[in-house]
Amino acid sequence: MDCYTANWNPLGDSAFYRKYELYSMDWDLKEELRDCLVAAAPYGGPIALLRNPWRKEKAASVRPVLDIYSASGMPLASLLWKSGPVVSLGWSAEEELLCVQEDGAVLVYGLHGDFRRHFSMGNEVLQNRVLDARIFHTEFGSGVAILTGAHRFTLSANVGDLKLRRMPEVPGLQSAPSCWTALCQDRVAHILLAVGPDLYLLDHAACSAVTPPGLAPGVSSFLQMAVSFTYRHLALFTDTGYIWMGTASLKEKLCEFNCNIRAPPKWCVYAAHSKERAVVVAWERRLMVVGDAPESIQFVLDEDSYLVPELDGVRIFSRSTHEFLHEVPAASEEIFKIASMAPGALLLEAQKEYEKESQKADEYLREIQELGQLTQAVQQCIEAAGHEHQPDMQKSLLRAASFGKCFLDRFPPDSFVHMCQDLRVLNAVRDYHIGIPLTYSQYKQLTIQVLLDRLVLRRLYPLAIQICEYLRLPEVQGVSRILAHWACYKVQQKDVSDEDVARAINQKLGDTPGVSYSDIAARAYGCGRTELAIKLLEYEPRSGEQVPLLLKMKRSKLALSKAIESGDTDLVFTVLLHLKNELNRGDFFMTLRNQPMALSLYRQFCKHQELETLKDLYNQDDNHQELGSFHIRASYAAEERIEGRVAALQTAADAFYKAKNEFAAKATEDQMRLLRLQRRLEDELGGQFLDLSLHDTVTTLILGGHNKRAEQLARDFRIPDKRLWWLKLTALADLEDWEELEKFSKSKKSPIGYLPFVEICMKQHNKYEAKKYASRVGPEQKVKALLLVGDVAQAADVAIEHRNEAELSLVLSHCTGATDGATADKIQRARAQAQKK
Amino acid sequence: MAFPHRPDAPELPDFSMLKRLARDQLIYLLEQLPGKKDLFIEADLMSPLDRIANVSILKQHEVDKLYKVENKPALSSSEQLCFLVRPRIKNMRYIASLVNADKLAGRTRKYKVIFSPQKFYACEMVLEEEGIYGDVSCDEWAFSLLPLDVDLLSMELPEFFRDYFLEGDQRWINTVAQALHLLSTLYGPFPNCYGIGRCAKMAYELWRNLEEEEDGETKGRRPEIGHIFLLDRDVDFVTALCSQVVYEGLVDDTFRIKCGSVDFGPEVTSSDKSLKVLLNAEDKVFNEIRNEHFSNVFGFLSQKARNLQAQYDRRRGMDIKQMKNFVSQELKGLKQEHRLLSLHIGACESIMKKKTKQDFQELIKTEHALLEGFNIRESTSYIEEHIDRQVSPIESLRLMCLLSITENGDARCSSDTHYGPEHLLTFSNLRRAGLLTEQAPGDTLTAVESKVSKLVTDKAAGKITDAFSSLAKRSNFRAISKKLNLIPRVDGEYDLKVPRDMAYVFSGAYVPLSCRIIEQVLERRSWQGLDEVVRLLNCSDFAFTDMTKEDKASSESLRLILVVFLGGCTFSEISALRFLGREKGYRFIFLTTAVTNSARLMEAMSEVKA
Repeated sequence: MDCYTANWNPLGDSAFYRKYELYSMDWDLKEELRDCLVAAAPYGGPIALLRNPWRKEKAASVRPVLDIYSASGMPLASLLWKSGPVVSLGWSAEEELLCVQEDGAVLVYGLHGDFRRHFSMGNEVLQNRVLDARIFHTEFGSGVAILTGAHRFTLSANVGDLKLRRMPEVPGLQSAPSCWTALCQDRVAHILLAVGPDLYLLDHAACSAVTPPGLAPGVSSFLQMAVSFTYRHLALFTDTGYIWMGTASLKEKLCEFNCNIRAPPKWCVYAAHSKERAVVVAWERRLMVVGDAPESIQFVLDEDSYLVPELDGVRIFSRSTHEFLHEVPAASEEIFKIASMAPGALLLEAQKEYEKESQKADEYLREIQELGQLTQAVQQCIEAAGHEHQPDMQKSLLRAASFGKCFLDRFPPDSFVHMCQDLRVLNAVRDYHIGIPLTYSQYKQLTIQVLLDRLVLRRLYPLAIQICEYLRLPEVQGVSRILAHWACYKVQQKDVSDEDVARAINQKLGDTPGVSYSDIAARAYGCGRTELAIKLLEYEPRSGEQVPLLLKMKRSKLALSKAIESGDTDLVFTVLLHLKNELNRGDFFMTLRNQPMALSLYRQFCKHQELETLKDLYNQDDNHQELGSFHIRASYAAEERIEGRVAALQTAADAFYKAKNEFAAKATEDQMRLLRLQRRLEDELGGQFLDLSLHDTVTTLILGGHNKRAEQLARDFRIPDKRLWWLKLTALADLEDWEELEKFSKSKKSPIGYLPFVEICMKQHNKYEAKKYASRVGPEQKVKALLLVGDVAQAADVAIEHRNEAELSLVLSHCTGATDGATADKIQRARAQAQKK
Repeated sequence: MAFPHRPDAPELPDFSMLKRLARDQLIYLLEQLPGKKDLFIEADLMSPLDRIANVSILKQHEVDKLYKVENKPALSSSEQLCFLVRPRIKNMRYIASLVNADKLAGRTRKYKVIFSPQKFYACEMVLEEEGIYGDVSCDEWAFSLLPLDVDLLSMELPEFFRDYFLEGDQRWINTVAQALHLLSTLYGPFPNCYGIGRCAKMAYELWRNLEEEEDGETKGRRPEIGHIFLLDRDVDFVTALCSQVVYEGLVDDTFRIKCGSVDFGPEVTSSDKSLKVLLNAEDKVFNEIRNEHFSNVFGFLSQKARNLQAQYDRRRGMDIKQMKNFVSQELKGLKQEHRLLSLHIGACESIMKKKTKQDFQELIKTEHALLEGFNIRESTSYIEEHIDRQVSPIESLRLMCLLSITENGDARCSSDTHYGPEHLLTFSNLRRAGLLTEQAPGDTLTAVESKVSKLVTDKAAGKITDAFSSLAKRSNFRAISKKLNLIPRVDGEYDLKVPRDMAYVFSGAYVPLSCRIIEQVLERRSWQGLDEVVRLLNCSDFAFTDMTKEDKASSESLRLILVVFLGGCTFSEISALRFLGREKGYRFIFLTTAVTNSARLMEAMSEVKA
């Protein structure tokens, strides 16, 4: 056990630091690291190397090469640099490579060397050049800060949503500051810079001089500064070899250290997680960890190295190795510290003895239990397992935890299970081939979702899916999302035919919930593969998603039929309006013609909004019937003047003729005649005739006493006799012109019989007149007529005469009271007689 | 005399939740516009709104004045205007004119448009065309289901009928699908689905898509309602065209029930004021007579009156304590009953007066003859006389349609366009919707009929309309009637007091086709064996059944049936199905796009002068 702590180095009394190898790099670098621009992303991210940067002595004709490697040195991409000179490289939080050029342009590349986009840090830079640039991370994303040749700073706190802020001028700044850094406090990005013995803090509004409290005297220049990962702490390295450590707000000093080395260090990096009081300082061949202790820890660097600050430590890589230096976490320290009596240490010991089948196991266990610290012991072992890099050590710690658990009644299994799962995932991604050397703390900070994103970014789809399945993540967040990414990547493979890609995608994805085929299709379209996009859209179940993309791809007709299939009229309408603008009118109408549902929708719209278009639509189709209807509607809705109305009707009639609808045409012509006539009537007789129907016109005439005219009109318009009789009858009765009515009744034989006369007289309560007509009613209705006028007795006589059973009952039902008693008897007798026969 | 429910009849789900949901959403929308505001309400939305949130609730949420949306300039002086409208282009133009007038006057106000039940892209486009899209904010009030009664949900969308069946406009189908989706999220999935009609099928499929997109929520829920049946109105126009004779239907035909309430005029209230009365199951008197054939109602009411009198009379022999009890507990109920009773008696009188005047008996007789298919010539001459007398164009149209459908387009009656030129268009509309049916080709057309039929034989019109709905389909009413035994054989008098079948809603002369289809399908739990009927209905492609295998549904829920009428249903159909439910131990729940009747159907098809 004692050898396990061999690589532990104490820093003061409180902390140990250890350094272990992550990978031996096999990237076979030809050049020294110092000859390259290097950028390594945090959280075990990729490393970018721009070899052969712009050096004066080199021939300009040699193009530099940009290489991207995984953290284990596996090549990911390599490309010839064809743009301008690069000042600085950096990785964004989304693992995009930002290359800041001298002219202020920032080129953004993907992990695989694919060019994404570019943006500029402002026009001012064009003249002044960029002297220096930093890429920094904030809670909003990744920011870029540049220092221009005019010694001005410009920064953007989030490159995803680019807003450039030009920082105020630093008074009296004539040369570049000796060192500077971007700080992020209270959600605002600042710049801290050192000029000689002075420190300045730049924010959007002002430049203020600041002094670190408790700074040792004699400082004439700051050579390096380091900000912790969380922007909480700051370290300053001065030309006297003195290091000041304090809060980033420069309000409080935490500790100081004098290393007595005056050479400017190459690196100055914060390296502690829990206490944030240790700084790693590195020169060419020497690396030093300093903190709140009189002594520092020193390492020798065999090679030219590069330091990557991490959340809980520092990664150090060189041409041959990749190492991690960090403070030993508390749990590990407790367990592994020499002669530790911590419960976790005892438990580990107990388990080892148990495996050796030694009774000491029981002793150790008893000791822990007596102190009542078994739960704590198990927890410690679980926690420590997380911080170990070697699977063997993880296993033995977990085994110890599992052993200890056996003696506990109710120990919640979650923490143990989760740790096992997490470690399995971590070991998988730490693998040499994958090359993401995350520590447990980093992993927890990063979250599994982001880790999955990063695996997807590296196109490690199978591993990502296996992790999702292993962790049983919900499909929508896990497998589906990854498959969708895979599909988006798949459509970019230009060497595979559209059919194959579409089929492959559908086979893999099937109906997995949460997969949007339209997103994949959009990507395919983005790669210029329209046909593939259409094929993919076929798999999209939601038409609402299909249509917009189809429109974008100018497949409007297909979009229209999809929209119609969906039954969503809003969607159809969207397409229609699109088509209307895209096609000329003729083509648009032709398209509509083949889509009745869309046509009717558009017609509905036109009816309210574009009447003229509606007419054109009918014209186009030679739909004379509808055209006729359209003009008829216009004749009473749109036109006011009588001439206009007649003209509209004439057009309608013509249309009806063309539609071979003679009936409608004739009716329309009649209406025209009627309109003209009504107008004449109004002129001659006064009163209101316009807009009355023919029937009402005639009625009005009769009521006005213009019988002649009425009859003329009836003849002109061939009102059927029956109807005319009803009309006249009603009108005259309304007038109570009984004399005229009688005359009328005698003018010829009534085509509607005389019962209506009786009825109408009774309605006006004129029994006298009614009786006159009752006698003339035909035999079939005679009984009814007689009953109407109240002549029950005679009705009975007629009924008996007719020998009609139904009529007899009808009369009988009218026999009420004593007066009709005789009649009733009579009927009964007649009935009896009829039955006898 | 009113039929009590069978003791084992299942409990109805509580639909008042729908009201609460709608109210809460409306309040939320109103609160989105903080401060005092004037509310402009579309006339069609006033009654439904009243059922959801009354004026005092609106006032609570800082609605200052209420205006009706009509074509007049608004006099509102408020700084914030809120419009509550149906998504219609007409309304958009109104709002645009208002906003643009303000702009001219240099006035800036806040405008908010709330569309109910949803907004349409076309509306937004009009707003954009009118140049005010940026000035107004748009919202949706997803209020699509109004519980009119314990078992009746209405979407209050009368325009559904014309829009879909005449204009072929499918935009409301999505709304129906949304409404069904809402019901299934609230009351669990429906294990058994049946439907007939093109629209029913489309709505069903859209709804299914919605469920799939959002699955998870309803999965695993116990279904409360075991069956759902979707039915297009054009499957059965006949029933909707008949005069109604059950009390509720008759009240609707006579006084027009609007949004579950009716305005009884002075002739009913026997005072000089009109009275708005809510007609639903809470009205004890009405609840007992609503499903009764009208001939029984009067007798029942007088019996009721006597009972009431007897209860009043009880107080004679009471001592003081009993009297105190009586006054505090019973009197109020009795008074209430008294009031209702006198109202319904008044309504009955008024109906009797009106109906005898128009020879109601003759009319009914003719209708029955048409349904049964005998004495056609007599019926035809009755209709001709009806037209000749020019009593009511709507009535005449209705009878012509009935004749045309029942006689398979063989209408030997004269059509009349002399009602005015717009009715030329009405005829064309009726044809297109399939209410006046085409005569089979090759048959000899009678002189007048040929004139009318030419209105739509035109190829182009045919081609287009053919695609949407049932145009030019032959009505096979006679054959269907025989197949489904719609005309009950009666030996002797049909006793309307003790109905034997659903035919009682039409005096025992006719079982409503729609209800019979539902009955048959429910009995078989599928369309099996009804192939011929479906073919005759021209719905071969649009009859569907969908059952989920796992039967988690309780026997209780399996006896609850949601019937969805697309295009409206009549009170007669509701009464008939209520009767069927009592017979078989089911409970029916009705969801309709609107409650309709023959007059509304005809009016929807009419072209009216603006």
